[in-house]
Amino acid sequence: MKFGVVVNEGPYTHQASDSAYQFTKAALAKGHEITRVFFYHDGVNNGTRLTVPPQDDRNIQKNWTELGKEHDLDLVVCIAAAQRRGILDENEAKRQGKDADNIAEGFRISGLGQLIEAGIMSDRLVTFGD
Amino acid sequence: MSILHTVNKSPFQKDDLKSCLAHANEGDAVLMIEDGVYGAIAGTAASQDISNAKAGVYVLGADLAARGIAQDKVAEGISVVGYDGFVDLATEHSAVNSWL
Amino acid sequence: MQEETIKKFMYMNRKAPYGTIYALEALEVVLIGAAFDQDVSLAFLDDGVFQLVEGQDTDGIGVKNFSPAFRALGDYDVTKLFVEKESLEERGLSPDDLMELVWEDEDDDWAEKPSIRIVTRDELKSILGDQDVILSF
Repeated sequence: MKFGVVVNEGPYTHQASDSAYQFTKAALAKGHEITRVFFYHDGVNNGTRLTVPPQDDRNIQKNWTELGKEHDLDLVVCIAAAQRRGILDENEAKRQGKDADNIAEGFRISGLGQLIEAGIMSDRLVTFGD
Repeated sequence: MSILHTVNKSPFQKDDLKSCLAHANEGDAVLMIEDGVYGAIAGTAASQDISNAKAGVYVLGADLAARGIAQDKVAEGISVVGYDGFVDLATEHSAVNSWL
Repeated sequence: MQEETIKKFMYMNRKAPYGTIYALEALEVVLIGAAFDQDVSLAFLDDGVFQLVEGQDTDGIGVKNFSPAFRALGDYDVTKLFVEKESLEERGLSPDDLMELVWEDEDDDWAEKPSIRIVTRDELKSILGDQDVILSF
């Protein structure tokens, strides 16, 4: 079965991203397909490579990047939400005249249409948030 | 058609569980996750709403354990599931409604 | 992706505006999603009904008033806004307290019709049970 996953909260403050990660892993382990993981609202903050959590804690961004690499996941950060919160890739940084970008490996920035498309493409859309 | 509902807030702080249960149809499933698992404890102010529920009620074991809630504290009629059970519930129902 | 796939999309609106960004960013999804030609409905229940209250004035809080965007929904063919009667009553509201939102029915000589449909909790319950995709924010 095809699952789309939506993450609406940032890392660490709220459990949403951790829950989404565990769910995604469990779905993959059962042989399901993950069509896309879409990060919206503060969820876009999962996609910055600049976080430095304590060594004895999990690194949520890295967890997603590694799971993404292992299973070829489409990790999409919403552009409208990302712009508000300062999550940029190289192109966006250039376009907006900013001096840096911070998108993490394996994530890409794209439009809200990708969320609707995930709903259309997937048999189930599962949302994690506050 | 039936729905898997998820609730992630404590029923002692927010009304999400109450609202979810009031909108769940017979044949639906309600899964408590994150802080929602506090709603699964037996003999609380939330217990009556749950025992009246027409939907099947489930709780995520990993979130119970994380919060120090032993499984024998879980109210009768609520099934404890793992993340794999969460995935199965999502496949068994035709859509998922997260009560955020 | 099969282009002919038409799914029933339901947007759940359960949060009040301004205190958090969820209501605004949910509306942004609805507006973008309208381009996808799906069967779209919005549910307003619990504190979500506050999003539709007439007379919002955000000048004093320095936040953009996004409520006028609800009036544009009809032009995007988003014409089914289900508002739960019990949620209104619990909050001391009546349908008269809500914005007047309309859409033009091209099959009926462009007659203006109300987009807001007041439904009971039981009616909403069965509407929710009939959806393919439920988006929550």
